Amino acid sequence: MDFFNDKHVEAAKDLLYKMADDQLIIGHRNSEWTGLGPILEEDIAFSSMAQDKLGQSEHLYNLLHELGEADADTVAFTRNENQFHCCHLVELPIGEYDFSLMRHFLFDMAEAIRFEMLIDSSYENLARLARKFKGEIKYHTMHANTWVKQLAQGNEESKARMQSSLNETWPLALGIFEEGKYESVLKDAGIFAGEKELQEKWLTEVTALLAAAGLQIPENATPTNGGRYGQHTEHLQPLLDEMTEVYSIDPTADW
Amino acid sequence: MDKTTKQKISKDDVYSFLKEVKDPEIPPISIVDLGIVTNVDVDTQQNVHVVLTPTFAGCPALKIMEDLVKERLEKEPNIGNVTVETSFEVTWTTDLISEEGREALLKHGLAPPKQNVGYMELDVLSDTACPFCGSRNTDLKSPFGPTLCRSLHYCKNCLQAFEGFKPV
Repeated sequence: MDFFNDKHVEAAKDLLYKMADDQLIIGHRNSEWTGLGPILEEDIAFSSMAQDKLGQSEHLYNLLHELGEADADTVAFTRNENQFHCCHLVELPIGEYDFSLMRHFLFDMAEAIRFEMLIDSSYENLARLARKFKGEIKYHTMHANTWVKQLAQGNEESKARMQSSLNETWPLALGIFEEGKYESVLKDAGIFAGEKELQEKWLTEVTALLAAAGLQIPENATPTNGGRYGQHTEHLQPLLDEMTEVYSIDPTADW
Repeated sequence: MDKTTKQKISKDDVYSFLKEVKDPEIPPISIVDLGIVTNVDVDTQQNVHVVLTPTFAGCPALKIMEDLVKERLEKEPNIGNVTVETSFEVTWTTDLISEEGREALLKHGLAPPKQNVGYMELDVLSDTACPFCGSRNTDLKSPFGPTLCRSLHYCKNCLQAFEGFKPV
Protein backbone atom coordinates (compact mmCIF):
# COMPACT_ATOMS: atom_id res chain seq x y z
CA MET A 1 0.00 0.00 0.00
CA ASP A 2 2.03 2.93 -1.26
CA PHE A 3 -0.15 5.66 0.14
CA PHE A 4 0.00 4.34 3.68
CA ASN A 5 2.39 5.66 6.26
CA ASP A 6 2.83 3.67 9.47
CA LYS A 7 -0.02 5.44 11.18
CA HIS A 8 -2.37 4.65 8.30
CA VAL A 9 -1.40 1.00 8.46
CA GLU A 10 -2.15 0.84 12.19
CA ALA A 11 -5.48 2.59 11.66
CA ALA A 12 -6.44 0.29 8.78
CA LYS A 13 -5.54 -2.77 10.86
CA ASP A 14 -7.71 -1.59 13.73
CA LEU A 15 -10.64 -1.10 11.34
CA LEU A 16 -10.09 -4.47 9.64
CA TYR A 17 -9.82 -6.34 12.93
CA LYS A 18 -13.12 -5.09 14.25
CA MET A 19 -14.91 -5.76 10.97
CA ALA A 20 -13.42 -9.23 10.50
CA ASP A 21 -14.00 -10.22 14.13
CA ASP A 22 -17.63 -9.04 14.00
CA GLN A 23 -18.17 -11.12 10.85
CA LEU A 24 -16.47 -14.21 12.22
CA ILE A 25 -18.30 -14.18 15.54
CA ILE A 26 -21.79 -13.33 14.21
CA GLY A 27 -21.14 -15.94 11.51
CA HIS A 28 -20.38 -18.54 14.16
CA ARG A 29 -23.47 -17.59 16.15
CA ASN A 30 -25.67 -17.75 13.02
CA SER A 31 -24.33 -21.23 12.31
CA GLU A 32 -25.65 -22.35 15.68
CA TRP A 33 -29.14 -22.18 14.13
CA THR A 34 -28.21 -24.93 11.67
CA GLY A 35 -30.61 -27.77 12.41
CA LEU A 36 -32.53 -25.71 14.97
CA GLY A 37 -34.34 -23.05 12.93
CA PRO A 38 -38.05 -22.63 13.72
CA ILE A 39 -38.89 -23.57 10.11
CA LEU A 40 -36.73 -25.15 7.42
CA GLU A 41 -36.40 -21.92 5.41
CA GLU A 42 -35.09 -20.06 8.47
CA ASP A 43 -32.67 -22.84 9.24
CA ILE A 44 -31.30 -22.48 5.70
CA ALA A 45 -31.34 -18.67 5.87
CA PHE A 46 -29.28 -18.44 9.06
CA SER A 47 -26.92 -21.15 7.81
CA SER A 48 -26.44 -19.34 4.48
CA MET A 49 -25.83 -16.03 6.20
CA ALA A 50 -23.31 -17.76 8.46
CA GLN A 51 -21.49 -19.06 5.40
CA ASP A 52 -21.46 -15.62 3.76
CA LYS A 53 -20.13 -13.95 6.90
CA LEU A 54 -17.41 -16.50 7.54
CA GLY A 55 -16.31 -16.11 3.91
CA GLN A 56 -16.28 -12.34 4.24
CA SER A 57 -14.29 -12.49 7.47
CA GLU A 58 -11.68 -14.67 5.77
CA HIS A 59 -11.16 -12.11 3.01
CA LEU A 60 -10.85 -9.32 5.58
CA TYR A 61 -8.27 -11.38 7.52
CA ASN A 62 -6.42 -11.84 4.22
CA LEU A 63 -6.13 -8.05 3.94
CA LEU A 64 -4.66 -7.99 7.45
CA HIS A 65 -2.18 -10.61 6.30
CA GLU A 66 -1.16 -8.30 3.44
CA LEU A 67 -0.51 -5.63 6.07
CA GLY A 68 1.85 -7.90 7.97
CA GLU A 69 -0.40 -9.83 10.38
CA ALA A 70 -0.38 -13.64 10.60
CA ASP A 71 -2.42 -15.64 8.07
CA ALA A 72 -6.22 -15.88 8.30
CA ASP A 73 -6.42 -19.22 10.14
CA THR A 74 -3.83 -18.25 12.72
CA VAL A 75 -5.49 -14.93 13.39
CA ALA A 76 -8.98 -16.43 13.55
CA PHE A 77 -8.15 -19.50 15.61
CA THR A 78 -5.29 -18.67 17.95
CA ARG A 79 -6.21 -15.44 19.69
CA ASN A 80 -7.77 -15.15 23.12
CA GLU A 81 -10.84 -13.09 23.91
CA ASN A 82 -8.91 -9.98 24.95
CA GLN A 83 -7.34 -9.87 21.48
CA PHE A 84 -10.73 -9.81 19.76
CA HIS A 85 -12.27 -6.52 18.63
CA CYS A 86 -15.86 -7.60 18.05
CA CYS A 87 -18.74 -5.75 19.70
CA HIS A 88 -20.74 -7.40 22.49
CA LEU A 89 -23.86 -7.63 20.33
CA VAL A 90 -22.38 -10.35 18.11
CA GLU A 91 -20.91 -12.50 20.87
CA LEU A 92 -24.04 -13.14 22.95
CA PRO A 93 -25.59 -16.62 22.70
CA ILE A 94 -28.36 -17.08 20.11
CA GLY A 95 -31.09 -17.00 22.76
CA GLU A 96 -34.56 -17.42 21.35
CA TYR A 97 -35.32 -16.84 17.69
CA ASP A 98 -36.66 -13.31 18.28
CA PHE A 99 -33.37 -12.26 19.90
CA SER A 100 -31.29 -13.65 17.04
CA LEU A 101 -33.58 -12.05 14.49
CA MET A 102 -33.46 -8.60 16.10
CA ARG A 103 -29.69 -8.80 16.50
CA HIS A 104 -29.42 -9.79 12.83
CA PHE A 105 -31.64 -6.83 11.85
CA LEU A 106 -29.67 -4.23 13.83
CA PHE A 107 -26.22 -5.61 13.04
CA ASP A 108 -26.70 -6.28 9.35
CA MET A 109 -28.11 -2.85 8.68
CA ALA A 110 -25.00 -1.30 10.25
CA GLU A 111 -22.80 -3.64 8.30
CA ALA A 112 -24.55 -2.91 5.00
CA ILE A 113 -24.07 0.82 5.53
CA ARG A 114 -20.43 0.36 6.59
CA PHE A 115 -19.64 -1.46 3.34
CA GLU A 116 -21.61 1.10 1.36
CA MET A 117 -19.41 3.82 2.92
CA LEU A 118 -16.25 1.83 2.12
CA ILE A 119 -17.03 1.47 -1.58
CA ASP A 120 -15.20 4.73 -2.26
CA SER A 121 -12.42 4.14 0.27
CA SER A 122 -8.91 5.28 -0.68
CA TYR A 123 -7.81 1.83 0.50
CA GLU A 124 -8.56 0.18 -2.84
CA ASN A 125 -8.29 -3.45 -1.73
CA LEU A 126 -10.86 -2.83 0.97
CA ALA A 127 -13.08 -0.89 -1.45
CA ARG A 128 -13.06 -3.92 -3.76
CA LEU A 129 -14.26 -6.20 -0.99
CA ALA A 130 -16.93 -3.67 -0.02
CA ARG A 131 -18.24 -3.65 -3.60
CA LYS A 132 -18.37 -7.45 -3.56
CA PHE A 133 -19.93 -7.86 -0.12
CA LYS A 134 -22.60 -5.26 -0.72
CA GLY A 135 -24.43 -7.48 -3.20
CA GLU A 136 -24.40 -10.35 -0.70
CA ILE A 137 -25.42 -8.41 2.38
CA LYS A 138 -28.38 -6.98 0.51
CA TYR A 139 -30.01 -10.40 0.88
CA HIS A 140 -29.30 -10.40 4.61
CA THR A 141 -30.95 -7.04 5.25
CA MET A 142 -33.83 -8.01 2.99
CA HIS A 143 -34.33 -11.13 5.08
CA ALA A 144 -34.14 -9.25 8.39
CA ASN A 145 -36.45 -6.43 7.30
CA THR A 146 -39.10 -8.83 6.02
CA TRP A 147 -39.24 -10.90 9.19
CA VAL A 148 -39.02 -8.05 11.69
CA LYS A 149 -41.91 -6.32 9.97
CA GLN A 150 -43.99 -9.48 9.68
CA LEU A 151 -43.53 -10.59 13.27
CA ALA A 152 -43.95 -7.09 14.71
CA GLN A 153 -47.32 -6.99 12.97
CA GLY A 154 -48.27 -10.58 13.74
CA ASN A 155 -50.16 -11.57 16.88
CA GLU A 156 -49.85 -10.20 20.42
CA GLU A 157 -47.13 -12.66 21.37
CA SER A 158 -44.94 -12.06 18.33
CA LYS A 159 -45.29 -8.31 18.73
CA ALA A 160 -44.39 -8.44 22.42
CA ARG A 161 -41.41 -10.65 21.68
CA MET A 162 -40.09 -8.34 18.99
CA GLN A 163 -40.44 -5.33 21.29
CA SER A 164 -38.70 -7.02 24.19
CA SER A 165 -35.86 -8.27 22.00
CA LEU A 166 -35.48 -4.74 20.63
CA ASN A 167 -35.26 -3.41 24.20
CA GLU A 168 -32.59 -5.96 24.98
CA THR A 169 -30.48 -5.58 21.82
CA TRP A 170 -30.67 -1.79 21.39
CA PRO A 171 -27.92 -0.77 23.88
CA LEU A 172 -25.79 -3.61 22.56
CA ALA A 173 -26.30 -2.40 18.99
CA LEU A 174 -25.13 1.07 19.98
CA GLY A 175 -21.88 -0.63 21.01
CA ILE A 176 -21.21 -1.40 17.33
CA PHE A 177 -20.26 2.26 16.94
CA GLU A 178 -17.79 2.55 19.82
CA GLU A 179 -15.09 4.81 18.40
CA GLY A 180 -11.60 3.45 17.82
CA LYS A 181 -8.26 5.13 18.47
CA TYR A 182 -7.80 6.17 14.86
CA GLU A 183 -11.07 7.80 13.80
CA SER A 184 -9.43 11.01 12.56
CA VAL A 185 -6.55 9.18 10.85
CA LEU A 186 -9.02 7.00 8.93
CA LYS A 187 -11.14 9.98 7.99
CA ASP A 188 -8.26 12.24 6.91
CA ALA A 189 -6.72 9.48 4.79
CA GLY A 190 -10.05 8.85 3.08
CA ILE A 191 -10.09 5.25 4.29
CA PHE A 192 -13.32 5.39 6.32
CA ALA A 193 -15.57 8.29 7.31
CA GLY A 194 -15.91 7.01 10.88
CA GLU A 195 -18.22 5.38 13.41
CA LYS A 196 -20.15 8.60 14.17
CA GLU A 197 -21.21 9.06 10.60
CA LEU A 198 -22.04 5.37 10.31
CA GLN A 199 -24.21 5.53 13.43
CA GLU A 200 -26.13 8.55 12.13
CA LYS A 201 -26.91 6.85 8.84
CA TRP A 202 -27.85 3.63 10.62
CA LEU A 203 -30.14 5.46 13.03
CA THR A 204 -32.02 7.08 10.16
CA GLU A 205 -32.54 3.73 8.44
CA VAL A 206 -33.55 1.62 11.45
CA THR A 207 -35.76 4.34 12.92
CA ALA A 208 -37.83 4.37 9.72
CA LEU A 209 -38.04 0.58 9.51
CA LEU A 210 -38.91 0.13 13.19
CA ALA A 211 -41.55 2.86 13.01
CA ALA A 212 -43.12 1.13 9.98
CA ALA A 213 -43.10 -2.12 11.98
CA GLY A 214 -44.78 -0.36 14.93
CA LEU A 215 -41.93 -0.92 17.40
CA GLN A 216 -40.65 1.61 19.95
CA ILE A 217 -36.96 2.41 20.21
CA PRO A 218 -35.91 2.46 23.91
CA GLU A 219 -35.09 5.95 25.16
CA ASN A 220 -31.87 7.07 26.86
CA ALA A 221 -30.07 3.80 26.25
CA THR A 222 -26.41 3.61 27.28
CA PRO A 223 -24.21 1.94 24.63
CA THR A 224 -22.63 -1.35 25.69
CA ASN A 225 -19.01 -0.50 24.92
CA GLY A 226 -15.67 -2.19 25.50
CA GLY A 227 -15.66 -4.80 22.76
CA ARG A 228 -13.53 -2.75 20.38
CA TYR A 229 -10.83 -2.57 23.09
CA GLY A 230 -10.79 -6.27 23.97
CA GLN A 231 -13.21 -6.19 26.92
CA HIS A 232 -15.85 -8.84 26.44
CA THR A 233 -18.77 -10.60 28.08
CA GLU A 234 -18.35 -14.03 29.68
CA HIS A 235 -19.82 -15.52 26.49
CA LEU A 236 -16.96 -14.90 24.06
CA GLN A 237 -14.23 -17.17 25.45
CA PRO A 238 -16.46 -20.29 25.55
CA LEU A 239 -17.43 -19.57 21.93
CA LEU A 240 -13.75 -19.32 20.96
CA ASP A 241 -12.94 -22.52 22.84
CA GLU A 242 -15.63 -24.37 20.95
CA MET A 243 -14.82 -22.80 17.57
CA THR A 244 -11.12 -23.64 17.82
CA GLU A 245 -11.46 -27.08 19.39
CA VAL A 246 -10.72 -29.05 16.22
CA TYR A 247 -8.02 -26.64 15.02
CA SER A 248 -6.23 -26.89 18.37
CA ILE A 249 -5.94 -30.66 18.12
CA ASP A 250 -3.74 -30.30 15.02
CA PRO A 251 -3.10 -26.77 13.71
CA THR A 252 -1.09 -28.11 10.77
CA ALA A 253 -3.80 -30.47 9.49
CA ASP A 254 -4.64 -30.06 5.82
CA TRP A 255 -8.39 -29.79 5.10
CA MET B 1 9.02 -32.15 -23.21
CA ASP B 2 11.26 -30.67 -25.89
CA LYS B 3 10.50 -26.95 -26.09
CA THR B 4 10.99 -26.81 -29.83
CA THR B 5 8.08 -29.19 -30.44
CA LYS B 6 5.61 -27.08 -28.44
CA GLN B 7 2.73 -25.78 -30.45
CA LYS B 8 1.77 -22.18 -29.99
CA ILE B 9 -0.99 -21.71 -27.45
CA SER B 10 -3.27 -18.70 -27.69
CA LYS B 11 -5.52 -17.13 -25.08
CA ASP B 12 -8.48 -18.48 -27.01
CA ASP B 13 -7.07 -21.98 -26.72
CA VAL B 14 -6.85 -21.56 -22.96
CA TYR B 15 -10.44 -20.32 -22.84
CA SER B 16 -11.58 -23.34 -24.82
CA PHE B 17 -9.80 -25.68 -22.36
CA LEU B 18 -11.42 -23.81 -19.47
CA LYS B 19 -14.84 -24.29 -21.06
CA GLU B 20 -14.44 -27.92 -20.03
CA VAL B 21 -14.08 -26.95 -16.36
CA LYS B 22 -17.51 -27.03 -14.76
CA ASP B 23 -18.89 -25.33 -11.66
CA PRO B 24 -18.79 -28.15 -9.06
CA GLU B 25 -22.09 -26.97 -7.56
CA ILE B 26 -23.87 -26.46 -10.91
CA PRO B 27 -22.20 -28.95 -13.28
CA PRO B 28 -24.01 -27.96 -16.53
CA ILE B 29 -22.30 -24.55 -16.56
CA SER B 30 -18.60 -24.00 -17.30
CA ILE B 31 -16.58 -21.51 -15.31
CA VAL B 32 -16.10 -19.47 -18.50
CA ASP B 33 -19.86 -19.18 -19.06
CA LEU B 34 -20.31 -18.43 -15.38
CA GLY B 35 -18.11 -15.39 -15.97
CA ILE B 36 -15.59 -15.96 -13.20
CA VAL B 37 -12.53 -16.18 -15.47
CA THR B 38 -11.57 -12.51 -15.57
CA ASN B 39 -8.12 -12.74 -17.15
CA VAL B 40 -5.85 -15.19 -18.95
CA ASP B 41 -2.20 -14.50 -19.72
CA VAL B 42 0.09 -16.62 -21.87
CA ASP B 43 3.76 -15.60 -21.79
CA THR B 44 6.51 -16.33 -24.32
CA GLN B 45 7.43 -19.56 -22.49
CA GLN B 46 3.78 -20.64 -22.80
CA ASN B 47 3.33 -20.31 -19.03
CA VAL B 48 -0.30 -19.58 -18.28
CA HIS B 49 -1.69 -17.33 -15.56
CA VAL B 50 -5.45 -17.42 -14.89
CA VAL B 51 -7.34 -14.93 -12.72
CA LEU B 52 -10.67 -15.94 -11.18
CA THR B 53 -13.14 -13.74 -9.31
CA PRO B 54 -15.36 -15.26 -6.61
CA THR B 55 -19.12 -15.47 -7.12
CA PHE B 56 -19.80 -15.26 -3.39
CA ALA B 57 -17.10 -14.48 -0.81
CA GLY B 58 -18.03 -17.58 1.16
CA CYS B 59 -18.31 -19.92 -1.83
CA PRO B 60 -16.73 -23.23 -0.78
CA ALA B 61 -16.29 -24.23 -4.44
CA LEU B 62 -13.75 -21.48 -5.08
CA LYS B 63 -10.67 -23.41 -3.94
CA ILE B 64 -11.90 -26.49 -5.81
CA MET B 65 -12.32 -24.45 -9.00
CA GLU B 66 -8.75 -23.14 -8.69
CA ASP B 67 -7.54 -26.74 -8.46
CA LEU B 68 -9.73 -27.85 -11.38
CA VAL B 69 -8.34 -25.07 -13.58
CA LYS B 70 -4.79 -26.06 -12.74
CA GLU B 71 -5.52 -29.73 -13.28
CA ARG B 72 -7.15 -29.16 -16.69
CA LEU B 73 -4.43 -26.88 -18.06
CA GLU B 74 -1.59 -29.06 -16.79
CA LYS B 75 -2.93 -31.85 -19.00
CA GLU B 76 -1.94 -29.80 -22.06
CA PRO B 77 1.57 -30.78 -23.20
CA ASN B 78 2.04 -27.41 -24.91
CA ILE B 79 1.43 -25.39 -21.76
CA GLY B 80 4.31 -24.57 -19.39
CA ASN B 81 3.72 -23.60 -15.77
CA VAL B 82 0.16 -22.89 -14.66
CA THR B 83 -0.67 -20.37 -11.95
CA VAL B 84 -4.16 -19.48 -10.73
CA GLU B 85 -5.01 -16.42 -8.71
CA THR B 86 -8.26 -15.27 -7.10
CA SER B 87 -8.79 -11.53 -7.19
CA PHE B 88 -11.61 -9.12 -6.40
CA GLU B 89 -10.29 -6.63 -8.96
CA VAL B 90 -13.24 -7.42 -11.19
CA THR B 91 -16.42 -7.68 -9.13
CA TRP B 92 -18.47 -10.65 -10.25
CA THR B 93 -22.15 -10.04 -10.88
CA THR B 94 -24.70 -12.35 -12.46
CA ASP B 95 -24.61 -10.11 -15.56
CA LEU B 96 -21.27 -11.79 -16.35
CA ILE B 97 -23.03 -15.12 -17.03
CA SER B 98 -23.00 -15.71 -20.80
CA GLU B 99 -26.07 -16.40 -22.93
CA GLU B 100 -24.92 -20.00 -23.26
CA GLY B 101 -24.56 -20.16 -19.49
CA ARG B 102 -28.08 -18.85 -18.95
CA GLU B 103 -29.44 -21.54 -21.27
CA ALA B 104 -27.48 -24.20 -19.39
CA LEU B 105 -29.01 -23.01 -16.10
CA LEU B 106 -32.50 -23.12 -17.56
CA LYS B 107 -31.97 -26.65 -18.90
CA HIS B 108 -30.78 -27.67 -15.45
CA GLY B 109 -34.11 -26.43 -14.02
CA LEU B 110 -32.59 -23.33 -12.42
CA ALA B 111 -34.23 -20.01 -13.26
CA PRO B 112 -31.52 -17.74 -14.75
CA PRO B 113 -30.97 -14.44 -12.91
CA LYS B 114 -32.51 -11.26 -14.24
CA GLN B 115 -29.98 -9.01 -15.91
CA ASN B 116 -28.93 -5.44 -15.23
CA VAL B 117 -30.82 -5.23 -11.96
CA GLY B 118 -27.98 -3.38 -10.24
CA TYR B 119 -28.52 -3.69 -6.52
CA MET B 120 -31.61 -5.76 -6.36
CA GLU B 121 -34.79 -5.34 -4.41
CA LEU B 122 -37.14 -8.01 -3.16
CA ASP B 123 -39.72 -7.53 -5.91
CA VAL B 124 -37.09 -8.27 -8.57
CA LEU B 125 -36.46 -11.63 -6.97
CA SER B 126 -40.21 -12.27 -6.61
CA ASP B 127 -40.69 -11.74 -10.34
CA THR B 128 -38.89 -14.89 -11.48
CA ALA B 129 -40.14 -16.99 -14.39
CA CYS B 130 -40.65 -20.71 -13.76
CA PRO B 131 -37.90 -22.72 -15.52
CA PHE B 132 -40.36 -25.55 -16.21
CA CYS B 133 -43.41 -23.82 -17.72
CA GLY B 134 -42.20 -20.24 -18.19
CA SER B 135 -45.03 -18.72 -16.14
CA ARG B 136 -44.34 -15.56 -14.13
CA ASN B 137 -47.12 -16.47 -11.73
CA THR B 138 -44.61 -17.52 -9.07
CA ASP B 139 -43.88 -16.87 -5.40
CA LEU B 140 -40.54 -16.26 -3.76
CA LYS B 141 -40.33 -18.72 -0.86
CA SER B 142 -36.92 -17.72 0.48
CA PRO B 143 -33.95 -15.70 -0.76
CA PHE B 144 -31.71 -18.47 0.65
CA GLY B 145 -31.46 -21.90 -0.96
CA PRO B 146 -29.29 -25.02 -0.98
CA THR B 147 -26.21 -23.05 -2.07
CA LEU B 148 -25.33 -19.38 -1.54
CA CYS B 149 -26.15 -18.50 -5.13
CA ARG B 150 -29.69 -19.94 -5.20
CA SER B 151 -33.15 -18.86 -4.01
CA LEU B 152 -36.32 -20.92 -3.49
CA HIS B 153 -39.51 -20.32 -5.50
CA TYR B 154 -42.90 -21.89 -6.19
CA CYS B 155 -44.78 -21.84 -9.48
CA LYS B 156 -48.51 -21.33 -9.04
CA ASN B 157 -49.15 -22.28 -12.65
CA CYS B 158 -47.52 -25.72 -12.86
CA LEU B 159 -47.51 -26.22 -9.06
CA GLN B 160 -43.80 -26.99 -8.89
CA ALA B 161 -41.19 -25.82 -6.47
CA PHE B 162 -38.08 -24.54 -8.24
CA GLU B 163 -34.79 -22.81 -7.58
CA GLY B 164 -33.44 -19.63 -9.07
CA PHE B 165 -29.93 -18.29 -9.52
CA LYS B 166 -29.89 -15.14 -7.40
CA PRO B 167 -29.07 -11.89 -9.17
CA VAL B 168 -26.18 -10.03 -7.53
